[in-house]
Amino acid sequence: MRAASGAVPSRNCAKERHRAVAKRSGRDQSGTRAAGRPAACSIGAMEAAASPDAHEPEAASGGGRSGRNAPAAAAGDAIAGDAAPGMTAGDELAALAMHRALGLTDGELAEVEQVLGRHPNHLELALYAVMWSEHCSYKSSRVHLRRLPTEGERVLVGPGENAGVVDAGDGIAVAIRIESHNHPSAIEPTQGAATGVGGILRDIFTMGARPIAVMDPLFFGDPEEAHQRWLVEGVVAGISGYGNSVGVPTVGGELTFDPTYAGNPLVNVLCMGVLPVDRLVLGRASGPGNVAVLLGSTTGRDGIGGVSVLASAGFGGEDGAAAAKRPSVQVGDPYEEKRLIEACLELLEAKLVVGIQDLGGAGLVCATSETAARGGVGMDVDVTAVPRREPGMEPYEVMTSESQERMLAIVTPEDLPRVEEVCRRWEVRTAVVGRVTEPDGSGVGHLRVLDGFGGAVLADVPARSLSDEAPLYHRPLARPTDLDARLADDPGALPAPASCTEDLLALLADPSWVYRQYDHQLFLNTVEGPGGDAAVLKLAAPGLPPSDRGLALATDSNPRWCSLDPRSGTAAAVAEAALNVACTGARPVAVVNCCNFGNPEHPEVMWQLSEAIDGMAEACLALGLPVVGGNVSLYNESAGADIDPTPVIGALGLVDELRARPPGISLREGSSVVLLDAGPEPEGAPGTRGRPSLAGSRWAVERRGHRNGTPPRLDLAGHARLIGLVAGLVAEQVAGRGGDVPLLDGVHDVSGGGLGVALAELAVRSGTGVEAGGIADHSDLFAETPSRVLVCTPRPAEVGARAAEAGVRFTVLGTAGGDRVVLGDLVDVPVAEAQAAWRGALPALLDEWAPASS
Amino acid sequence: MAARVGVVVFPGSNCEHDVVQSVRALGAEAELVWHHQDDLGGVDAVVLPGGFAHGDYLRPGAIARFAPVLEAIARFAADGGPVVGICNGFQVLTEAGLLPGALQKNRGLRFVCETVELEVATDRSVLTGGVAPGTRLRVPVNHFEGNYTCDARTLAELRDDDRVVLRYVDNPNGSVDDIAGVCNAGRNVVGLMPHPERACDPLLGSTDGRVLLSALLGASVPC
Repeated sequence: MRAASGAVPSRNCAKERHRAVAKRSGRDQSGTRAAGRPAACSIGAMEAAASPDAHEPEAASGGGRSGRNAPAAAAGDAIAGDAAPGMTAGDELAALAMHRALGLTDGELAEVEQVLGRHPNHLELALYAVMWSEHCSYKSSRVHLRRLPTEGERVLVGPGENAGVVDAGDGIAVAIRIESHNHPSAIEPTQGAATGVGGILRDIFTMGARPIAVMDPLFFGDPEEAHQRWLVEGVVAGISGYGNSVGVPTVGGELTFDPTYAGNPLVNVLCMGVLPVDRLVLGRASGPGNVAVLLGSTTGRDGIGGVSVLASAGFGGEDGAAAAKRPSVQVGDPYEEKRLIEACLELLEAKLVVGIQDLGGAGLVCATSETAARGGVGMDVDVTAVPRREPGMEPYEVMTSESQERMLAIVTPEDLPRVEEVCRRWEVRTAVVGRVTEPDGSGVGHLRVLDGFGGAVLADVPARSLSDEAPLYHRPLARPTDLDARLADDPGALPAPASCTEDLLALLADPSWVYRQYDHQLFLNTVEGPGGDAAVLKLAAPGLPPSDRGLALATDSNPRWCSLDPRSGTAAAVAEAALNVACTGARPVAVVNCCNFGNPEHPEVMWQLSEAIDGMAEACLALGLPVVGGNVSLYNESAGADIDPTPVIGALGLVDELRARPPGISLREGSSVVLLDAGPEPEGAPGTRGRPSLAGSRWAVERRGHRNGTPPRLDLAGHARLIGLVAGLVAEQVAGRGGDVPLLDGVHDVSGGGLGVALAELAVRSGTGVEAGGIADHSDLFAETPSRVLVCTPRPAEVGARAAEAGVRFTVLGTAGGDRVVLGDLVDVPVAEAQAAWRGALPALLDEWAPASS
Repeated sequence: MAARVGVVVFPGSNCEHDVVQSVRALGAEAELVWHHQDDLGGVDAVVLPGGFAHGDYLRPGAIARFAPVLEAIARFAADGGPVVGICNGFQVLTEAGLLPGALQKNRGLRFVCETVELEVATDRSVLTGGVAPGTRLRVPVNHFEGNYTCDARTLAELRDDDRVVLRYVDNPNGSVDDIAGVCNAGRNVVGLMPHPERACDPLLGSTDGRVLLSALLGASVPC
């Protein structure tokens, strides 16, 4: 529903956020290398429009083309067929159909042939097909991702590993990563979301970190539609069911309803873990002679082709198409994952593994080829040694299965018995499935798939060619032709609301309907949980050195703005995420991103992606924030319509001394309500102040269905000053230096819904009224001009002096107190009524239809 | 001499470190007790922590009740030793027959994680000794199966014998008679759905859980 100008807003299209704490940063979308990351599946891409069953190579009857050096195939192995020389024309055709059916283009096949110096057999084709999928290779986005800044003094591990790692001080590091699980969740919301959580947890503990927080930004269509409610219910149940059981608190996220996601919901998941710096491990194999041990679950046919079937194509919109893909969604088992986490952390603590890698998208082929490539070695894999869930599985199925809850550990032969002992105690299955091998005479490490160690060679390819040498695409870019007309169609011309109060109440929504279903308190770290500007966590976990520090985590996005200007919209999302962590007293130190976009074969989508990357880079440079990880999810489309560009930013902040709770979104009777503002003044006629832009605002989009106009400007230098001011003020208070009467009673950034919603949220969350002036009209009330923070303080002069020093504008809007919310002449409503609207919004949308609730 | 508290770990438990941390902060010693152990090693009190023992497969506590450690706990309890089951630990104790009743799915069929208000119903238990009945405490709950149920005769017994330990002020899960915690006839085995260990640090918003854990430690003084 891109450019769905004039779309009718739903009765209560709420965007809200339940933000929470977190720490550290993520990894993956590497600007520098082929981040062949198998994560648990996001949206990748792939050219050849794979049919739903395209991953069944048997469909392409017969054996593959044989090549000069093709390994011998095992008898009866349908995929590793090494057809005799002299294939008929019909065989040639069949082979051609094969690579296309697997999702490789003719050009990619030619590249494979060049790498191998021969034709690949069918198993090898299958390996390349999954590893060179958009999902695993980032082949459409990598050329753009290179423009992101990834360096910083605190960055221990940047993009390209399983997770980004940031030095938090006191000998403690923070690992962070974000991913999407969009298409699986669209098809099977509960398992799709659950396995999204499971996959990202493995990315974090792979680094040696204990996962301590998860956040979930979620995007759905209009909840008035039964199908959307089914998705919401299922996704939240999946996150809750898996996350709670596996024992990692879910401390925040976002919930957005917009018709743009009707055919393609977005389910992103961010995870943060903590580790002693000296336990940091990387996913690499080394030491020829070492063994590769598969830990955890058995391997089944679930999730085969997850990356190529689900993550590589959009939804056509035809009836039943999504349902037909349901078997490609993996099924999660949080209990298996819980034991796997404990076993792996114990193995890492005891230094019993040389390297470790999770199995996610592209399964065993990805884990083995990536660890070998990173270590500069080769690996032999005995495909018969892999414990299987069902009989009759072909080698390509075993190698590409995305069965969940599996890890690959590289272990010395001497330590193998101790590894097996630890795993036995945690009831985790082990199987030696591979051996690290020397590179060949030319220094090339080979991934060989064997029919038993010493048995037939079923596949033999350079490991690096799978993980690092996927093709790079410079896809065509095109600015949407309708963009100028959209930018000119400003919502400032819309008639003013008959009742600003009514519009304001309709924009309020308490996200606790979602987050009370998540355990957000486990580990006794959650100082500020979901619902605040950012989550705040103590920097603590079993086995960590003691620390007074804290971590703050926020995720933000602004697809309404990004659809009009992806560059400044993405910059604004970075700015907002950083400001959110600052509101809790943290210095923002790093970001991760999840780039959810449409079909990369549409030049407009590639333009949006390129612009978004540039905006992200500009904001990150201006704010001093390295990008330590990310994920690109493409092909988010249905029935030919791309979603609005939705880059999601996760910001990690550090609190130096966390001894008192941050003020949070709150008011105190009698204190002043102050606006700190570092945004550019709206431009008006000479000598006059202009009207703030309503373009891309929640009011315009949700209340008026107006999706056009020119969004507000963003002044990154001013924004950086505001972040410094707010983080400094709040940091003094959380360090316990606020004195007997704290300087700040409440802090809240102004974002979706503008000043009106921000003031109302302060009131409804504290149950205290507010009377504020300086709000002339609905533009002042609802415009989402960036770089603004509301503060409630008993000592406004003191705050004003600090603002003046920082070069931030300071305005006393009014006073907190009483039992009404009074905003200029526009809004006058009892706090109790606002609270009822706020609390009732989501239950009215989502519970009204639920099975009996009493 | 400080009391020694054994905190039981099943595969799938997840609140064991939280309980250890909170108990230690109150000056007691705490150690983890693995589910395969058939001996409690001379601890003064036992806590079965929250989590998802054995994945809650079949139903919460249904597999954990067969662990060797449960036999040791039953002996310890029969000798009058203080035993507290929190959340999943409560579910395990009911499955093991050490406490009456059962925990069924919440009314509304959704997981609930939030801080609730509790009222102490009796001071005659190892978890509430010295805490005046009627005392209100703010303590988090975090469960899907926390809806306490039992037959009418058991409920009458619990009431008549003053064995309802804690009640919800605003029932979050549909529990019969607003029950949040009960004890056995000996008053030395207590099960409760709320998590007192989550309410022991002012940074986290409530320290009301200390009242309960302190009472447990008071009842566990080594002899």
